[in-house]
Amino acid sequence: MYNYLDFEKPVADLEGKILELKKLAENGEAVDVGDEIARLEKRSRDALRDAYKALTPWQKVQVARHPDRPHCLDYVTALFTDFTPLAGDRAFGEDKAIVGGFARFQGQPIAVIGQEKGSDTKSRLEHNFGSPRPEGYRKAVRIMELADRFSIPLVTLVDTAGAYPGVGAEERGQAEAIARSTSTSLALKVPSISVVIGEGGSGGAIAIATANRVFMLEHAIYSVISPEGAASILWRDTTRSKDAATNMKITAQDLLALKIIDGIIPEPLGGAHRAPEAVIKSTGDLIARTLGEFTANPIDFREQRREKYLAMGRSL
Amino acid sequence: MNWITNFVRPKINSMLGRRDMPENLWIKDPESGEMVFHKDLEDNQYVIPSSGHHMKISARERLKFFFDDGEYETIENPKVMVDPLKFRDEKRYVDRLKDAKTKTSMEDAILSALGTIEGLPVVVTVQDFAFMGGSLGMAAGDAIIKAFETALERRRPLILFAASGGARMQEGILSLMQLPRTTVALDRLKEAGLPYIVVLTNPTTGGVTASYAMLGDVHIAEPGALIGFAGPRVIEQTIREKLPDGFQRSEYLMDHGMVDMVVSRLKMKATIAQLLKILLKMPVDAEAEAVPMPLVALPTEARPQA
Repeated sequence: MYNYLDFEKPVADLEGKILELKKLAENGEAVDVGDEIARLEKRSRDALRDAYKALTPWQKVQVARHPDRPHCLDYVTALFTDFTPLAGDRAFGEDKAIVGGFARFQGQPIAVIGQEKGSDTKSRLEHNFGSPRPEGYRKAVRIMELADRFSIPLVTLVDTAGAYPGVGAEERGQAEAIARSTSTSLALKVPSISVVIGEGGSGGAIAIATANRVFMLEHAIYSVISPEGAASILWRDTTRSKDAATNMKITAQDLLALKIIDGIIPEPLGGAHRAPEAVIKSTGDLIARTLGEFTANPIDFREQRREKYLAMGRSL
Repeated sequence: MNWITNFVRPKINSMLGRRDMPENLWIKDPESGEMVFHKDLEDNQYVIPSSGHHMKISARERLKFFFDDGEYETIENPKVMVDPLKFRDEKRYVDRLKDAKTKTSMEDAILSALGTIEGLPVVVTVQDFAFMGGSLGMAAGDAIIKAFETALERRRPLILFAASGGARMQEGILSLMQLPRTTVALDRLKEAGLPYIVVLTNPTTGGVTASYAMLGDVHIAEPGALIGFAGPRVIEQTIREKLPDGFQRSEYLMDHGMVDMVVSRLKMKATIAQLLKILLKMPVDAEAEAVPMPLVALPTEARPQA
């Protein structure tokens, strides 16, 4: 039923047994298994609670990358109405690793940009596994500029392992595209909210992740380089990813303590993929509350955003 | 290593200065293998005379070669929290920092200064690759921000010489945050109508290119410099193909529209001074003591922005 992670093995075993019993009962091969199923379900819930009680940073990396985790378009579809996606950078092409456009959120106009990883082989390939090329960032810049022109607040949903490392991407100015996108989002006059829903992978993430308020899901990660990359460069040993994940402080809880993010959105027991509707609803509630704060207290959003970033790291 | 090499040698070294006692009086051109006498090389700003190969130089040498008469006033870098994550990989980060400080006699990877180029007052900030690969962490980030703020206060253009392997991984997310932080600082300079020139030197890669090094009003590259976002090895592993000849080198970037010009180190000052004097609308015969014309001719809104 789920793609189980290695540390979820006890849960997988129990849920497997439950499934078997249920099948037997359905086929009439077993009778009076109701009590046994209830007992196993309780044990399996306990096992899940145990597994998720204190996830290590490396386990969070696995949860953040879980293939069944809700992705950008799941949020867009559930939270927004009248979503009108825009396409293309008006210079070279359309990059579906970044999706975005305009929509309504609880009736109010909203601009949305996010990285989409895809949810099956076909859509993963179509969205390049959520790793954008320069065209994606240039499309993001277009949407940001439009949002500013029409005074529409911006929400970004961050979920990428990183910007795509390829020959074409380099030739067409991957670095410049990311830098320009960061600069544009920092300079917006409209208020902005950013939510790291899965992986915040380095420059490829920050390009759309600077906002007046930045939130992370409970098991999301956000880092300067992937744990695998850090292990291979700093330890010269790719098997040290767990150490890299721990030492680099990449969890939502670490980032809140370092005052990089403004809040954490709790995930259901067993991670966002076990109850996508619940986590999407919590995210929507927080977006609504934050937009409400912006409306109630309209400030110079560009200035607030800039000063917030300049202040980072100065009061640790 | 014992206490003598740890504590005595660095002091003696710093008293004598790094370049005063080269281990070899003859330096080998990595391109042609030709041996060049170190004094000749220094006189030629560490550009190999026959091949034109640009060697890496320290931030101090960069400032000395670039400013008029080699004179400048250093901008003091802000103090920042050291090792915020208490990071260790194979080695403790604080020890890596100590080694880098000893090796370069710098506090971190950035050196900024005020001075003039062909009479024009400017702010220059230089990244030193010798200090932990010129990596961008909190100290470097704050130093760059301070340089931009100084340029803004004094209404001077800023020239940044980039040389970096990217973000300093030992500072984790705090190093990534230097991308937006430096971007804020440079955008404010541009919005004030002051020019920002980037000189890309060998090598400039990673997060540094994904922020201030690619946001200049004008991009100049030194010949043959490696410039790119993803490292060539990572790209090769991803696409499983051999990379094109000259990939991610200055001339390649020029062909692909990412830099405005590739300029020899020996002509760098003249090229930048000439352009800046035009941008700042200075008279043709502007000499030393020149001050930029007051920027009152255009209303703020009409001025070109970032």
